[in-house]
Amino acid sequence: MLKTFRIGGIHPPGNKLSAGKKITSIPVPRQVIIPLGQHIGAPAQAVVKKGDQVKAGTLLGESGGFVSANIHSSVSGKVNKIDNAVDASGYKRPAIYIDAEGDEWEDTIDRSETLVRECSISSQEIIDKIAQAGIVGLGGATFPTQVKLTPPAGLRPEILIINGVECEPYLTSDHSLMIEKGEQVLTGVTILMKAISVDKAVIGIENNKPDAIIHLKDLAKRYTGIEITPLKVQYPQGGEKQLIDAVVRRQVKSGALPISVGAVVHNVGTAYAVYEAVQKNKPLIERVVTVTGKGVANPSNFMVRIGTPVRDLIEAAGGMSENTGKIIGGGPMMGKALTSADIPVTKGSSGILVFSKEESLRKPVHNCIRCAKCVQVCPMGLNPTLLMNATEFANWELAEKNYIVDCIECGSCSFTCPACRPLLDYIRSGKGKVMGIIRARKS
Amino acid sequence: MILIAIITLGGIGIISSGLLYLASRKFEVYENPLIAQVQEILPAANCGGCGYPGCAGFADACVNAPSLEDLLCPVGGAAVMSRVAGILGKDTAGADPKIAVVRCNGNCEARPHVNQYDGAGNCAIASSLYGGETGCSYGCLGYGDCAAACTFGAIIINSSTGLPEVIEDKCTSCGACVKACPKNIIELRKKGPKSRRIFVSCVNRDKGGVARKSCSNACIGCNKCEKECKFEAITITDNLAYISSQKCRLCRKCTAVCPTNAIHELNFAPRKETSLEDSPKTDEKTNQKNI
Repeated sequence: MLKTFRIGGIHPPGNKLSAGKKITSIPVPRQVIIPLGQHIGAPAQAVVKKGDQVKAGTLLGESGGFVSANIHSSVSGKVNKIDNAVDASGYKRPAIYIDAEGDEWEDTIDRSETLVRECSISSQEIIDKIAQAGIVGLGGATFPTQVKLTPPAGLRPEILIINGVECEPYLTSDHSLMIEKGEQVLTGVTILMKAISVDKAVIGIENNKPDAIIHLKDLAKRYTGIEITPLKVQYPQGGEKQLIDAVVRRQVKSGALPISVGAVVHNVGTAYAVYEAVQKNKPLIERVVTVTGKGVANPSNFMVRIGTPVRDLIEAAGGMSENTGKIIGGGPMMGKALTSADIPVTKGSSGILVFSKEESLRKPVHNCIRCAKCVQVCPMGLNPTLLMNATEFANWELAEKNYIVDCIECGSCSFTCPACRPLLDYIRSGKGKVMGIIRARKS
Repeated sequence: MILIAIITLGGIGIISSGLLYLASRKFEVYENPLIAQVQEILPAANCGGCGYPGCAGFADACVNAPSLEDLLCPVGGAAVMSRVAGILGKDTAGADPKIAVVRCNGNCEARPHVNQYDGAGNCAIASSLYGGETGCSYGCLGYGDCAAACTFGAIIINSSTGLPEVIEDKCTSCGACVKACPKNIIELRKKGPKSRRIFVSCVNRDKGGVARKSCSNACIGCNKCEKECKFEAITITDNLAYISSQKCRLCRKCTAVCPTNAIHELNFAPRKETSLEDSPKTDEKTNQKNI
């Protein structure tokens, strides 16, 4: 029997429209908008100013704290301005606008396609290189990778788990990466293993990607310590804690980090970026983005420069239909509707989803019928309906007691609710509030 | 039979009363009788606007505080506080009565929608998701968290403007709406003589052009009011003017020069037509006095 996580979970329709499509590059846009805060933690500090000439790979912003990441230019050209721009957060935040001229890259970057398997540098050097390259978790959480690779004192990682699950419906960016850049991904995994000094890595892949499983299993024979584990299809298996449970049958306690059970989890996209950074000296300036949904003519997987406006991507995928109701950044379950098509692609954008008007409609909300389906499907074992009510009536004590901060915001509860209650909307807002209260109490 | 029952029950009663008397003596907690007296005067709204857990908590604080200067019951106001001071023999607080003002005038015409929100109708949730349906990410979202938080029914959302309105007679300046607003639009300001006050009805910190583009009523930080003010009551930080209610002398010169009508004056008599060159604008201002 195939492995999967033990608590909750749902089965939304897959809709992997762009599966099997080759990763293609799209032309360099005329202007890129590179936000300084593309990751969790402190935004980067700009080190360029208006009028500066930059190349692709030039450092634009330096990491602004321990949990932060460097930002690099994705095109060559001139810095037009440093101004606020609306990003995927829906708020205006500082960003660097660069007018593209030609496509010149920094000399240190190796742009050849040749595969470099050997990595002879020490683990600290690997982590430094990753920090230099500004790599963050590319699964969507955008947590700076170098921080994850530096475990807190006293805790030792035992196993590296690589997330090739891609449980979000529609998205195929990781899938296409595993098929086309399998060797690079596996080399990246080997480098990550070296960085945290473990001798075992497991790549978890859901069973709806049999081609990727076979391909990577084939390739993995040449690498030591890498194992491929097919997993039963179930959402949200790509959640860090769910994946650990599925692969090694260990549960992370409330409030604890995965390292407490000896696991470190990274995404296949991150592994690929690590390969590029360590072996090719290439900072994180482009990523694979799936452009999909029934609203676009040709759902595709693109290699996109960070900072490209979403509009360019949709045009490259055959344009937006008249009947478009919503553009979503990310997958349909955890993604967020974008307020405009001019929002740039950032490090965390795994997909752009174009929904028709009918698909994007919310259903009318009814009263809770106490069916407890949300309780059944919650992968964290929480009671979503209780947490929603606690938030609605501002009972933060009750919410905290019922572990609202453990919510991973996967949306399984809202998806399942037969009364169409906006459970996650409330819980997310309550979680923010309770986290604020906890922070205030600590300080 | 009856006699035995009476004796037994009577005996139990006498013994118990004796025990209860001893216990009440032994475990007596002294409570200052003044606390009960003060609590009697307080409005018993238990709104928490004073910052204490209900009226009992506030009464306790009043009795134990060395002076009443930092204490104010926003519901009862100065009248109640002077009675409290009378009982306690302490000085009353000199605090001016306050009132909530809504610092956003981005009504439907001034601030066109650029996207559509169909999530849960709650300001806290909408603001945790994004900047709002209009180009202004600072302004009122209009889902009425403030109105829901007000226990006195003093804030209602005006359906034609989509903005909250404060009903002056009902507002007790308890501050519940200020806490409820995720955009920090509502401010407790000095009520002012005859309830007259002047304030900047905007919290947009964008640069002038950007702010103007998203809302025609936005403060664009043009400095005109700051230059006009003779009392240094107006300061401009981050492209936004702020009028200090302590320094403002209600001369109304700033409202006349504001190019975007972002400065509001409330409860003033209409200006004389001849006293100012741009009289049509002045008329418009006074018409807005209920907003």
